[in-house]
Amino acid sequence: MSKTEEIVKGVLAGNKRSIAKAITLIENNDPEAKKLLAHVYSHTGKAHIIGITGPGGSGKSTLIEKIVREYRRNGKKVGVIAVDPTSPFTGGAFLGDRIRMQELSTDEDVFIRSMATRNYLGGIARATKDAVKVLDASGKDVIIVETVGAGQSEVEIIKIADSVVVIHAPGLGDEIQAIKAGLMEIADIFVVNKADRENADKAVIDIQSMLQLNNKEKAWKPPIIKTVALTGEGVTELIEKLEEHRKFLEKEKARKKSLSKAEAELVEAIKEQTANSIIEKLRKEGTLEEVLQKIVKKEIDPVSAAEKLLKEKFKKE
Amino acid sequence: MQSTRKIRVLIAKPGLDSHDRGAKVVARALRDAGMEVIYTGLRQTPEQIVETALQEDVDVIGLSILSGAHKALFPRIMELIKEKGLTDVMVFAGGIIPEEDIPELKKIGIKEVFGPGTPTDKIIKFVLENLPKRT
Repeated sequence: MSKTEEIVKGVLAGNKRSIAKAITLIENNDPEAKKLLAHVYSHTGKAHIIGITGPGGSGKSTLIEKIVREYRRNGKKVGVIAVDPTSPFTGGAFLGDRIRMQELSTDEDVFIRSMATRNYLGGIARATKDAVKVLDASGKDVIIVETVGAGQSEVEIIKIADSVVVIHAPGLGDEIQAIKAGLMEIADIFVVNKADRENADKAVIDIQSMLQLNNKEKAWKPPIIKTVALTGEGVTELIEKLEEHRKFLEKEKARKKSLSKAEAELVEAIKEQTANSIIEKLRKEGTLEEVLQKIVKKEIDPVSAAEKLLKEKFKKE
Repeated sequence: MQSTRKIRVLIAKPGLDSHDRGAKVVARALRDAGMEVIYTGLRQTPEQIVETALQEDVDVIGLSILSGAHKALFPRIMELIKEKGLTDVMVFAGGIIPEEDIPELKKIGIKEVFGPGTPTDKIIKFVLENLPKRT
């Protein structure tokens, strides 16, 4: 059996070391990763994938710890991927989300992985989507993805999550400024964390009024839940809502949503493979440098250069 | 896109002391050297540390200890590492560890022990030169 086949076998059996190795292959963009994913793909689609996003300091990690515990009480197996930013200057990253989840480490049916963005934009890493597939195939019932905590552009998460939870907390600056544009529209559930603080009710009202402005009739109306992550208050209710949303998706929009998810994934894969093959080819021919120089010298703009390269590629094939 | 390997390091604090300035300085230095550093916070049990290393698939574990309990905790950690089959992980340590204890720690598989005042450059260099081989 090849090494990759062995890892696949381990993943499907829920072996933690195999899961960890599989995710590393994906993160490092190892040539074996594609083979591995092709093998596990048919075993995916069973897990409920939950995205958790919100500004830094809103309590995402602490709340996730409580959510995982609640799911464990209900007998569910849980996977967590916690994403933190990579420094664009050094390429290094400090991954500290586990600090809030220490005791979960030794639970047999919980798998937690910290992941650096490696300069991918949108609040997750390039590898996040495929790492979710590995956890899914390993038999996890619930997979939680914690995005980078910035707040305005973490919208990539809708491409991989079934249910998106947007967390906010009172006192984090200009009320709901942080969840204004992008995040407002992607939320399936809102959480106002640190609800024991002053102004929690005001935060709830702010979100309510924003939602009312968004007056398109929607079949699912995002509920707003107050939690105190430190004590676990409100977490049971949050899980109930997540469960409701999962059932809702199954019944009504499941097909549509998964088709649009499939489309997003296909587009992403085409983009990546096309770009890779063109860049590889230029590199082999030794002309990459030349093209890049032209762009740097402003002799050609990147869009026109791309167009030209694409035309050449598809003429031949 | 080309395949790229990133060095992943777990910085862990076993046992009951709550001074993590040193651990954080080392974590930060390794991060600034381009590594992905996982920090798990204070008061970790050997089980938690090794389980975290396994799930995070780290190349290197750095243990920081100031409580004096290294003779009890480190052997347990090394034992668990063997038990779980983490043969491709390098372990180093730092903190307040008496000179005379170091040979014993090296015997159980700890690659190096750094005392107070070690320049971070030296630790970075050590990590880079002692990375475990992986296929």
